[in-house]
Amino acid sequence: MDNLIIEGTNKTPVISFKADTGTLEIAGKSIPENSFGFYQPLFTWIDNYVLNPLPKTEIKISLEYFNTSSSKCLLDILRKLEALKKSAKSTVTVSWYYEADDEDMMEAGQDYDSLVDLNFNIIKI
Amino acid sequence: MAKLDLYNIYLNMEKEDIILSFKGDITKELLSSVYQIVEARIENGNEDPKKKKKFFHVLVECLQNMYNHMETMQELDNSSPENNGSGIFMIGKGEDGGYRIITGNFILNENAGILKQRIDQINAMNPQELKAYYLEKLGSTELSDKGGAGLGIIDIARKSGNKIEYDFQYPSSKYSFFTLSATIN
Repeated sequence: MDNLIIEGTNKTPVISFKADTGTLEIAGKSIPENSFGFYQPLFTWIDNYVLNPLPKTEIKISLEYFNTSSSKCLLDILRKLEALKKSAKSTVTVSWYYEADDEDMMEAGQDYDSLVDLNFNIIKI
Repeated sequence: MAKLDLYNIYLNMEKEDIILSFKGDITKELLSSVYQIVEARIENGNEDPKKKKKFFHVLVECLQNMYNHMETMQELDNSSPENNGSGIFMIGKGEDGGYRIITGNFILNENAGILKQRIDQINAMNPQELKAYYLEKLGSTELSDKGGAGLGIIDIARKSGNKIEYDFQYPSSKYSFFTLSATIN
């Protein structure tokens, strides 16, 4: 399947979902007015990826800001990956990056960790 | 049209320490420009990075809250002078070096009661309760294409660390003017 690469804008993050390496990266800012519209292709990509996943899947999330509608979309992505893990077709690691002075972003990572059953690494950069 | 007393508006805004204000159509393009202006301005100042992030975060939620609401209102009758797609917001410096974000827009009278109730409920919560409530809503509600399913108001309270101030004025039998004010110190 094809990789999904989307360039970042001042409201939307850089997306780099690679089927050939099993790495999914979301980086930058995620503050679109219509988050669902932006995230829809990501959901579709993951729905296809989980049909034939690599044995190891890693999602790397390094966001500077995200709005509440994006927070819901991020949870939906993690829930899809949680289902993948449960299916035992792939291991799933979440790497959640935050800047040293950004406690809110660290806490957001912990919040997601508490909401889904996935292996979380919360990493200071 | 009566002569517009711009000087008086200027003096009032000066008194309130307003650094940016807008009245008119709230569009995606406008919000992009506002984010750019604000980011450039706070980047240049000697502001605590934590406070900058909190301010920007709350600003985005406040403006998108208004944007989403007005988009919904546009689907209704938009021929009346109250519901013409126009809103107002101001960004000000507060006392003790904080920031203040104030938004104003029309809502349907019938929605005013429930909105007031929701803000009162959120204002009554301490930080732990707010966090628990946010996670509960995040985990359980469905996202609509109109935004974050009520997460915005909780997030404004959570991130600002202050009670949300609000006001309702009732200029017509159909519409209320809703003012929301968030302070970040």
